[in-house]
Amino acid sequence: MERHITVPMTREEAKSLKAGDYVYLSGTIYTARDAAHKRMQETLDRGEQLPISVENNIIYYMGPCPAREGRPIGSAGPTTASRMDKYTPRLLDMGLTGMIGKGKRSPEVLSAIVRNGAVYFAAIGGAGALLAQRIKKSTVIAYEDLGTEAIRELEIENFPVIVVADADGNNLYETAIEQYRKE
Amino acid sequence: MIRTVNVEELTKNIKEMCIEATHFLSADMDEAMKKAAEKEESALGRQILCQLQENLQIAGEEMIPICQDTGMAVIFLEVGQDVHFEGGNVEDAVNEGVRQGYTEGFLRKSVVSDPIIRENTKDNTPAVLYCDFVPGDQVKITVAPKGFGSENMSRIFMLKPADGIEGVKNAVLTAVKDAGPNACPPMVVGVGIGGTFEKCALMAKKALTREVNHHSDIPYVRDLEEEMLEKINNLGIGPGGLGGTITALAVNINTYPTHIAGLPVAVNICCHVNRHSVRMI
Repeated sequence: MERHITVPMTREEAKSLKAGDYVYLSGTIYTARDAAHKRMQETLDRGEQLPISVENNIIYYMGPCPAREGRPIGSAGPTTASRMDKYTPRLLDMGLTGMIGKGKRSPEVLSAIVRNGAVYFAAIGGAGALLAQRIKKSTVIAYEDLGTEAIRELEIENFPVIVVADADGNNLYETAIEQYRKE
Repeated sequence: MIRTVNVEELTKNIKEMCIEATHFLSADMDEAMKKAAEKEESALGRQILCQLQENLQIAGEEMIPICQDTGMAVIFLEVGQDVHFEGGNVEDAVNEGVRQGYTEGFLRKSVVSDPIIRENTKDNTPAVLYCDFVPGDQVKITVAPKGFGSENMSRIFMLKPADGIEGVKNAVLTAVKDAGPNACPPMVVGVGIGGTFEKCALMAKKALTREVNHHSDIPYVRDLEEEMLEKINNLGIGPGGLGGTITALAVNINTYPTHIAGLPVAVNICCHVNRHSVRMI
């Protein structure tokens, strides 16, 4: 099913999405990848506030190329989500409603998605030029010293993603493959 | 006759090749991607492959890298033994080319100076450089920026001689199955069989730089390449790992003599952005 969703996204909206849905996201999301997740974890361990509010928000696992003059961002496709698995359940329990990445997630993340009524989207890996054109504005809001790994606030318009893991525990990576497997 | 080559030539070419490889697919890869979009049986798979076509077009026209992971720069130099380099150190000249290419080409700087301390070097250096000596007085430069989504899914298997060709097939299929959606399929699979531990891995890497429409000259290896491509596509992983009949575009296998006690197999996986730019100077 094709859906258009405005982000930030409530838990109810996240729960209405089903594995296999083709979704166009518009609104504001945040980027964070390996180094930013590690720092956020350390921040929480010290009992301090995160630089972004995760509640009802979506994190995009992405580190862009530098922008050419006059453009908001360079190439900007998803990175492998499983590297963030160690940090993710805690953020989901804090109210994060969605993640955009590519590749499989751990059983711990999948159960945290179900527990919290969240959703895991895949963006097309290796389509960084196409996806960059759906990003209208990019602002570094934390950890600037991390370069490409800094946390950025992105304004996106009709950003194409596919629901892989939904709140009912469906996982498109497992079900879709079965249809085309020939032994 | 000794031919003198100034190392500045290396710098200038490598700079241009880093930018070229990250914005334009080579003709063989471009053709393979177009064919894949025609052959894929899954509707979602076809949609993804069409978007990847659109992505390639945008990349070339707008000069936005095809993928944001512009890789670690893997560079092969095949140096004619009648070449004499002047004007500086070859390794420094290569790294200067990478530095200029990644900085002036708006490419992502993805290299950290130490694997544990992890501070970004901010110019994507150093490159990973391999030099071979060959007859003649020319230098063949291959620039192959390697993304790590697929690199992380690569494997090496130290099989026993008794495992034989069936063991090799299992190793390749295991690596591809485990990689699944993480390696950004449709992928290109580079395989090394034989040699030593490191020789085998290097053969797998080098196999990725072979044109995807060229098979091995060794008859049984050629057959193995064809058989493994079919078996991989029968796994059902498909474009983006979301199901389909095109999981790999090619399987390129290189072999080398090995020890009586061993059968090393390396599987180096590359995503559909299999970048290789080649020049002779």
